[in-house]
Amino acid sequence: MYTQGLDQAGYDTGYAQDDAALAQRFQARVDAEDKIEPKDWMPDAYRRTLVRQIAQHAHSEIVGMLPEGNWITRAPSLRRKAILIAKVQDEGGHGAYLYSAAETLGVARETLVDQLLSGAAKYSSIFNYPTLTWADAGAIGWLVDGAAIMNQIPLCRCSYGPYARAMVRICREESFHQRQGYELMLALCRGTEAQKNMAQGALNRWWWPAVMMFGPSDRDSKHTTQSQRWKIKRFTNDELRQKFVDFTVPQAEFLGLTIPDPELRFDADTGHYEHGPIDWSEFDAVVKGNGPCNRERLAARRTAHEEGRWVREAAAAHAAKQALRRAAEAR
Amino acid sequence: MTESHQGWPLYEVFIRARAGLDHKHVGSIHAADPAMAVEHARDVYTRRGEGVSIWVVPAAAITASDPDEAGALFEPARDKVYRHPTFYDIPDQIETL
Repeated sequence: MYTQGLDQAGYDTGYAQDDAALAQRFQARVDAEDKIEPKDWMPDAYRRTLVRQIAQHAHSEIVGMLPEGNWITRAPSLRRKAILIAKVQDEGGHGAYLYSAAETLGVARETLVDQLLSGAAKYSSIFNYPTLTWADAGAIGWLVDGAAIMNQIPLCRCSYGPYARAMVRICREESFHQRQGYELMLALCRGTEAQKNMAQGALNRWWWPAVMMFGPSDRDSKHTTQSQRWKIKRFTNDELRQKFVDFTVPQAEFLGLTIPDPELRFDADTGHYEHGPIDWSEFDAVVKGNGPCNRERLAARRTAHEEGRWVREAAAAHAAKQALRRAAEAR
Repeated sequence: MTESHQGWPLYEVFIRARAGLDHKHVGSIHAADPAMAVEHARDVYTRRGEGVSIWVVPAAAITASDPDEAGALFEPARDKVYRHPTFYDIPDQIETL
């Protein structure tokens, strides 16, 4: 999901440099479902993993504002426009919660932002796809936020306190995102033939990217075991993906839409839907920077950062001046 | 918790959900000055009516206890069970005590 970069990279997880007794006590606390707080001792690898995961998650929220932001000026009604603005604003807020959580681990906000803008940091592959029609705004809420919720609910019980608390707040707000998206799709599916076709087109384009959001299959994900031992991650990529498919297929049926997977079938024995093979070469290309919109997304973030520079500088100058004035008055 | 090296300072944010309740820590925010910190805290932490009052405190102004000394600080309270009402054995027929 937001840790796709972690799943991909080879990553050291050893305790080699840490005091074995401290590490043992740390693991015992985690095993006992005790929460780890910022000033507590923690293994370096735990800290590094969390910084990377939380930062990737934060970057995903910030970049995630762009695909839907694309439709704010063209929302078909004032109601839909107000909803979309609120949703995009929430995503900015979620990014802010998460950056704050990452900062409790000793990394500076500017460092994280620099890593995003330089392209060194990853964010979720899903936001590198374009939003071609209005129905995409619905498909994102329904599928992308739906997949995000699957991933985020277990993160509310993550062993690191500040991350878990940020996730509780985010999950409370995320449900609105998914519901408004499904309602948007429902309105299109109950509309004209052309509107329904637009909804089907959006499902066709977003289904597989949404399924891939959960990251590589468990067979190929190097990261799962250590993250699970640390109780950062509670379920494997494939477990969460299965849950998403099981929840979503009946929702598509209700809309009268067809999931673009000819091999999709319900297995009465297991009670689960089985999906066809996933094209991991597409996923790899998008994660490595060659998705349809990777360059465009980063360019948009860089422009926003540069165009905001004078505001940041003016605010800092004003604050410095006010501080000087207060100091002079105090004398 | 960390002071950012070149950007705006960090403020811890506390929110009173409604009159009659304590202000509670909800997270942190970067801002150029305290007034901006209140505005940013409003936008980030109270988009759905979560509060009626906001406090912001420079993170650098907070002094916290050391988790490594938690034993020395808090253990002495643990064995004083007589500070709790359940320590005292009162006959069942005394119902209003």
